[in-house]
Amino acid sequence: MTDNGTPLLQMRNIKKDFFGNQVLTDINFTLGAGQVLGLCGENGAGKSTLMKILFGMDVIRETGGYSGEILIDGKPVAFHTPFDALTAGIGMVHQEFSLIPGFTATENILLDREPQKKTILAEVFGDRLNTLDYKEMDRRAAAAIQKMGVAIDPNMTISSMPVGHKQFTEIARELSKDQLKLLILDEPTAVLTEKEAEALLESIRNMAAQGISIIFITHRLHEILAVCDKVVVMRDGYVVQDVPAAGTSVEDITRWMVGRDVQSSSAQTAVQIKNTSAKTIMSIQHLWVDMPGETVRNVSLDIREGEILGIGGLAGQGKLGIPNGIMGLYEAGGTVEFDGKKIPLNSPRKCLDASLAFVSEDRREVGLLLDESLEWNVAFPAMQIQNKFLKNLLGGLIKWRDEKGIRSVTQKYIDQLQIKCTSSKQKAKELSGGNQQKVCLAKAFALEPKFLFVSEPTRGIDVGAKALVLEALKQFNRDSGVTVVMISSELEELRQTCDRIAIISGGRVAGILPAAASSEEFGMLMVSQVK
Amino acid sequence: MSQKKNALAGKKALELLSGNAVPIMFIIICAIFIPLAGFSPSYLLNEIITRMGRNLFLVLCLLFPIMAGMGLNFAMTLGAMGAEIAVILVADWQIWGIPGVVLSMILSIPFSALLGFICGTLQNMSKGREMITSYIINFFINGWYLLIVLYTMGPIIPIIHSSIMLPRGYGIRNTVSLLNMRQCLDDLLAIRISGVKIPVFTFLLVGLLCLFIVWFRRTKLGQDMRAVGQDMQVAKDAGINVDRTRILSVVMSTVCAGFGMVIYLQNIGNLPTYTGHSQIGMFCIAALLVGGASVEKATIGNAFLGVTLFHLMFIVAPSAGKVITGDSMVGEYFRVFLSYGVITIALIMYEAKKRMEKSRAGQELAQAQKEEEAAQ
Amino acid sequence: MGTNKTAAAAEKSRFQVMLEQFGLPRLILSGFLLLLLVMAPFVGVDLPTQITNIINRFSWNAVLVLALVPMVHSGCGLNFGLPLAVICGLMGGTLSIQLGFTGAMSFLMAVIIATPFAVLLGGGYGLLLNRIKGGEMMIATYVGLSIMSFFCMMWLLLPYNNPKMVYGLSASGLRPTISLEGFYDQTLANLFKIDFHEVAQSLHISLGPLERIKIPTGSLLVFALLALLIWAFLHTKTGTAMTAVGSNPNFARAAGINVNKIRTLSVIMSTWLGAMGILIYQQGFGFIQLYNAPNNLTMPTVAAILIGGALVNKATIANVIIGTILFQGMVTMTPTIMNAIVHMDMSEVIRIIVSQGMILYALTRKQEGSK
Repeated sequence: MTDNGTPLLQMRNIKKDFFGNQVLTDINFTLGAGQVLGLCGENGAGKSTLMKILFGMDVIRETGGYSGEILIDGKPVAFHTPFDALTAGIGMVHQEFSLIPGFTATENILLDREPQKKTILAEVFGDRLNTLDYKEMDRRAAAAIQKMGVAIDPNMTISSMPVGHKQFTEIARELSKDQLKLLILDEPTAVLTEKEAEALLESIRNMAAQGISIIFITHRLHEILAVCDKVVVMRDGYVVQDVPAAGTSVEDITRWMVGRDVQSSSAQTAVQIKNTSAKTIMSIQHLWVDMPGETVRNVSLDIREGEILGIGGLAGQGKLGIPNGIMGLYEAGGTVEFDGKKIPLNSPRKCLDASLAFVSEDRREVGLLLDESLEWNVAFPAMQIQNKFLKNLLGGLIKWRDEKGIRSVTQKYIDQLQIKCTSSKQKAKELSGGNQQKVCLAKAFALEPKFLFVSEPTRGIDVGAKALVLEALKQFNRDSGVTVVMISSELEELRQTCDRIAIISGGRVAGILPAAASSEEFGMLMVSQVK
Repeated sequence: MSQKKNALAGKKALELLSGNAVPIMFIIICAIFIPLAGFSPSYLLNEIITRMGRNLFLVLCLLFPIMAGMGLNFAMTLGAMGAEIAVILVADWQIWGIPGVVLSMILSIPFSALLGFICGTLQNMSKGREMITSYIINFFINGWYLLIVLYTMGPIIPIIHSSIMLPRGYGIRNTVSLLNMRQCLDDLLAIRISGVKIPVFTFLLVGLLCLFIVWFRRTKLGQDMRAVGQDMQVAKDAGINVDRTRILSVVMSTVCAGFGMVIYLQNIGNLPTYTGHSQIGMFCIAALLVGGASVEKATIGNAFLGVTLFHLMFIVAPSAGKVITGDSMVGEYFRVFLSYGVITIALIMYEAKKRMEKSRAGQELAQAQKEEEAAQ
Repeated sequence: MGTNKTAAAAEKSRFQVMLEQFGLPRLILSGFLLLLLVMAPFVGVDLPTQITNIINRFSWNAVLVLALVPMVHSGCGLNFGLPLAVICGLMGGTLSIQLGFTGAMSFLMAVIIATPFAVLLGGGYGLLLNRIKGGEMMIATYVGLSIMSFFCMMWLLLPYNNPKMVYGLSASGLRPTISLEGFYDQTLANLFKIDFHEVAQSLHISLGPLERIKIPTGSLLVFALLALLIWAFLHTKTGTAMTAVGSNPNFARAAGINVNKIRTLSVIMSTWLGAMGILIYQQGFGFIQLYNAPNNLTMPTVAAILIGGALVNKATIANVIIGTILFQGMVTMTPTIMNAIVHMDMSEVIRIIVSQGMILYALTRKQEGSK
């Protein structure tokens, strides 16, 4: 299958940083025609950034471009837009569907590339008044579906298709492009049923046999072993392994993916949770949460008073759904008991009344009033929930805002958390990501909760701010005795901060390990039930 | 098994019923009002056919922006204003009859196209609230129209015949007579069947527009418009120039509205200079919605059914109102209320549906969850 | 790609920021009004009369403009459904006269009767707007128009029979314009009214042309009182919550706020203020206008608050005051000045272009579209 001449794709010393934050370092690999390359790594390992570079996405250029060389058929190329990449024969199937819901599969496969028949009006008003050649469209769509090797109905509208067929329509669209040489599949099996995934793997083999090279990104490692010729494992922006798939195993790949300091599996693996006699402060039973992209299924979890519990797992596996569901931001079911009392679900107010607090992962949409001052952001929940920072006038009939109290509490947290701002009156949108995150923490601290959920506290902030935020959390836990549940995609960070770490996989608790457990064990849990 | 089928059929019938609630309501209203009003069938038929010839072209021009997902084009009035300026000029040049109508149509194209372009550009700047923007543009351009017709026609734009000017020496009279143009399209090839005049040529023009719309759906541009209408982001990623496509749909709509307005004016035989266009948009939109169209989907059939039902109601409401309440004004206000009401309901259903779709996705997930829980 | 260019760009953006803070249209309009004021004496227009006019028209309209503030604050957008509020006021006014009240009492009763209507209709309207979040403005427009045309029928059908209000011939059905003489015409305006002419006479001095200035103190005081109430409300716990809901509804929900409740409250407040606004407008204008008249005030009112610098989701009392003065100044000054110069009254056309242009400008501004 492999070509003896120049390989189809060569990546040479690709480097990329986002404003000084190095995300890719010296990426080198090659891919021959008709080869299938499995690309794996944890979230944040740099896979998507690498693919964005290869596909010429705008975001790369907007953030200062990259260095290094990409060679297609031995010739260096530089793509400025995805359309350049398409012309060069690269196709990409993204995780999010890019389909017109009311169109048929055929219409979607040939979107904006419809074969046309000349009309007289088009001579006058331009080519867009050509009529579509429906016969030719059917033929080409059928050919593309044929090439893919999975039967889908070309005349079915997308909105009435099962999810898997949408995915196949996307793949067929890429295949209908005559120049296609290299197809990037970004977690294509994540939304498929077992059977459909099987069909997809078969179709990957098919396509490869027809000389199309494929880069296959997935968290389902056994799929990689099933179809790939070679495996490239990335970690922290480096390629850590580049081996033929034939000689590896799921265990190997897992170890490469997570293993920063791969320890032999002897010393700390025996589950030795520090035997605290602390009582269970929150007991979660059979929780399900309907948060799009982060569905939680039947999670039961006990949290002890005074601990820092980490919740980790790969993106999209449901770890974010847990706090969002308990705090009433997304529809949820099951029972949650806090301090011996049942917490009603689907009501943010009741949770806040029970002295729970939540720092959302979505700073801009949920976490902050971007257009308002820091004072408002910090004091608002405490004012509304606990009637703090209010002056009662006319015997409590009027609850007047206490600007002085608000200012002093904001100033306190500005000092304590070292929030960089011009004054407490500055608008939240004018702060940097790290400082915005600190404001979110201050908002939660001002509630003086007994229990705190912190979701992705370090997402999108720089290293210095990261350390500060984590330290602030630890200190808050230590000094005030507040129980903290921290949800994060970054395992290392959890291991530094937490006492125990629960790993969520496929919407369920895959296991709970002490922070000292080996990376390998965590890795195995993370991919154990990936859906 | 058959029970299930029955239930399914029943559900379908219910869906059909609720999907067409507005036309059904209007059929009921008409069924009650027609006997009350006591008009003769031939009179009613005559009126309806006249009004269909007069309005269909205007209503059909609303289909293009709906196709491109821009909702109800309240700014179709812009095309009407363009046509009115053209008609004023042609009337002043005293070109009458068919040549006058044809010249008015041709002359209206640059005006309508320019206004349509402005409107489309502004709507592109306010994506997500195209309708309210088009509604306001309507008033905004009306201001400019007044400025041009009331103050610049005469001193700046030469007007030869003082007969169409206000006595003060500038500006156009409140009514411009188009007597020499009156119904010249309608009379062409017209046939009479037992007292009912059928304006064959006007209907031919409407038919031509329908054919064009059907054909247009099959062109590249039509396909692009439908794609843009359903998902702008996807269309953009596929390489379609979204903004341009949207502007084109508005321009096509206003240009067609210009033609439609010329047809409308030749039918009524005079030009109410300052009020002619003001209600056109509202009545056309109401008529289309009465025919069962929604903010995001409208067909030629909706336009035909809508114009028929809406104008039937419009003709009989005052008389029926007089019979019921003893005051013909009540009937007139009632028909205005129905026009506004039907638009309000269509808008509410559109917005509510958008939200319902979101929550339905959630319910489905929750259901799957429950089933799984039960299985465990 | 020189640093020069970026420096120039930075310079430009600073200028742009300054411009954006004040707003180009507001700048142009202020300049225009200033120009009119300066020109007035030269073209033989009497400035004190003009100023009296502006103050008067301000006192008629300011409360209507103020009525937009709560809904803007809670994120319901510009209240194009103002006719609904106006209808509530009209119900109050007409019922008060029908019940036989006269003079200042008729105004008080109008206020009292309008209140339950405003609460009920406003509440229903608020519940409706909660179901269609995101499409408020378009639907508000048509809800307003529908209600107005519905009441067109009601004015004819409701059993009003006060001869001061109904058609003479049929003795039923309200007339389109009802004179308020003997009822609440100028009730507020005459309260503590300051007439510079009288002041001058009582002090035995001459104030020259200034003697032509009259100030409707009562109306202004009522506006000040209502504005103060709104200002105070926005400083309370609930008012703070309302602002937060408008600023970011997701944030408010996560902080335990019942977003729908707050929005409904804001709509009720807006409706009640709108009803008060139309009553105050009527007492200044001297007539009740029915049928299609309620809609005539919608666009000027919305335009006024935008001219004052409000955004689709942010508005302050200052915006209301500045906007009303600028807009009413333009409306009253343009016709006289234009007439004096070119003997051509283009004020109506200019008013339409300016007010609609202002609304369009607000709708098409990018940064306001986000929330």
